[in-house]
Amino acid sequence: MNKFYHTLKTIFLLGWSIFVVFPFLWALSTSFKDANAITSGATYIPWVDFEPSTQGWTSLFTTGSQGINIIGPFIDSAAVTLIASLVSLILGTLAAYGLSRFEYRLGFVKNSDITFFFISQRIMPPIVLAIPFFLMLKELGALDTIFGLVLVYIALLLPIAVWVMTDFFSGIPKELDEMAMTDGCSPIGAFFRVVLPNSLPGLVVAGMFCLIFGWNDFFFAFTLTFTETQLLPVSIVSLNSSVTPWWSLSAFALISVAPLACVAVIVERYMSRGTMSGAIR
Amino acid sequence: MLQIDHLTTAAAKVTLDDVSFLFEAGKIYTILGRTGAGKTELLRALMGLNPLTVGTIKLDEEDITERPIRARNMSLVYQQFINYPHLSVLDNVAFPLRRQGKDKVEAQALAGQMLTTVGLGEFLQRRPAQLSGGQQQRVALARAMVKQSRILMLDEPLANLDYKLREQLREEFPRLVADNVESVILYTTTEPREAMELGNTMIVMHGGRVIASGAPADLFAHPPTKDTASVISDPPISFISGFVRNNSLYFSEGHLAPSIGLLLPADGPVTIALRPDAIEPDGAFNAQIGLSEFSGSQTIIHLDFDFGRAIMMVDGIEAFAAGNDINVSIRSEHIMLFAPDGGNITLRNNQNG
Repeated sequence: MNKFYHTLKTIFLLGWSIFVVFPFLWALSTSFKDANAITSGATYIPWVDFEPSTQGWTSLFTTGSQGINIIGPFIDSAAVTLIASLVSLILGTLAAYGLSRFEYRLGFVKNSDITFFFISQRIMPPIVLAIPFFLMLKELGALDTIFGLVLVYIALLLPIAVWVMTDFFSGIPKELDEMAMTDGCSPIGAFFRVVLPNSLPGLVVAGMFCLIFGWNDFFFAFTLTFTETQLLPVSIVSLNSSVTPWWSLSAFALISVAPLACVAVIVERYMSRGTMSGAIR
Repeated sequence: MLQIDHLTTAAAKVTLDDVSFLFEAGKIYTILGRTGAGKTELLRALMGLNPLTVGTIKLDEEDITERPIRARNMSLVYQQFINYPHLSVLDNVAFPLRRQGKDKVEAQALAGQMLTTVGLGEFLQRRPAQLSGGQQQRVALARAMVKQSRILMLDEPLANLDYKLREQLREEFPRLVADNVESVILYTTTEPREAMELGNTMIVMHGGRVIASGAPADLFAHPPTKDTASVISDPPISFISGFVRNNSLYFSEGHLAPSIGLLLPADGPVTIALRPDAIEPDGAFNAQIGLSEFSGSQTIIHLDFDFGRAIMMVDGIEAFAAGNDINVSIRSEHIMLFAPDGGNITLRNNQNG
């Protein structure tokens, strides 16, 4: 019976892996095709099914009618995502610590209401936020600028950081902060010397979410920029003209996924709550 | 010397209600009380973790009521084994010394010495999570003691340990804290035996108040109130609502209680307290066995008399089947009497109770 389940599990996982990995393999294969290979039916294996071409990749680093230079959008995307994620993580962590450790009461508004207020920013449909954002950035003169996008992304990513970190801090016993204070720390010292070093897994998870949401956003990057600033997701779409260059699109897709995949591999080992074991029994 | 006056707290599940006491340095004070009696609340209030509504805390005549937690010169060991999970055992113990401004080498040297004292000299580089429960609590104890703070507070430090480790640490505790001669040591517990064994002075708390204090043996022999007798008796003391009539003591109408050697109060209601050792097998009182429990080398038997319930304890493992009848005797020299207001009114022919 065990063997049967083991076989069943293997088949399922194999099928699921193929389902997940296939789009990437397909994109990789397509990125080395040219127009002829694309239009001559479904082919998969280079040198066997079709003659590989680097046209898809080279077109991403040339300007003019031959392609689009993605280095600028890549740097813009990286700058906006990293700055917004970092600021959101710092502010979100401080806010979450406050919400998990101190009781706030403003009329009928309590801690849980404040936490929900943060989360509610993500519940609203993006289109509802787009027009106010547009008008505010216009007033600030920050439309179509990195600065404007950073501001908007902070507003979008902060709720995620607050949400994840509030949940994480709730799992860290308050007695740990108290003990740090009895051992000679100020309240802020207890946070930096004891609570924060034990929050690495939470910071990693919150940081990952911020990076993923920031890097993948298309809607705000599209509505709040014109010509001066262009982020990666918008650049990909701009490749699509009367003839869809599937080879360039595929190469572009792989490049845009690569940073997140690298980050995920690097931080994967931190994405557990294991380090809190032993704090309190 | 630590002096607390009228400590009162609010806005918590358990509140302190006008607690005053004078603690002397170099003594171990065990604070005994049931869960919810206010023991932890008292320690947290002293530490500054729970705000006071009324009251003052003075350390050597200096008012420290408003001092921040870090400046109170106090240490606290929690019931849960709380250590810094991201630091090694050595760095855990060196942590408060570093906050005192000692350099790393000196702090680690002192921490190493303290860890050797508590028997953890060979685990300096381990993380707390890699130690057993008893060892983790030793780390917490070492961290609390290494500061040489004026007040060392231990909040049921052995409660989460298994029986063997509890016994072992209880035996070692006086030796471990022997060097803290300048400190007031406050040790809370729910176990009467632990409180009596470890404390120079025992403080009994109930409902957020200090209801009795004194030398453990005196308090046990002459509890001033019914609540005190109840808290410090383990196995539990049994209370039977009786009365005195015509200089005779009755459990209930028609059930005369033994009163040889007792100076009985005037006619009226009294509460008759029977410690488990006041009842012995064989005698004139008939009861039904409700429950029989083995407790190590003793057997505790719950008895249903016609006039109420009581607990008997006999040495050794004895088989008493639930539901069977048993005849027992009740020793008047172990009976205590309490007035309706709870005060101890036991008087004996040769001494005052």
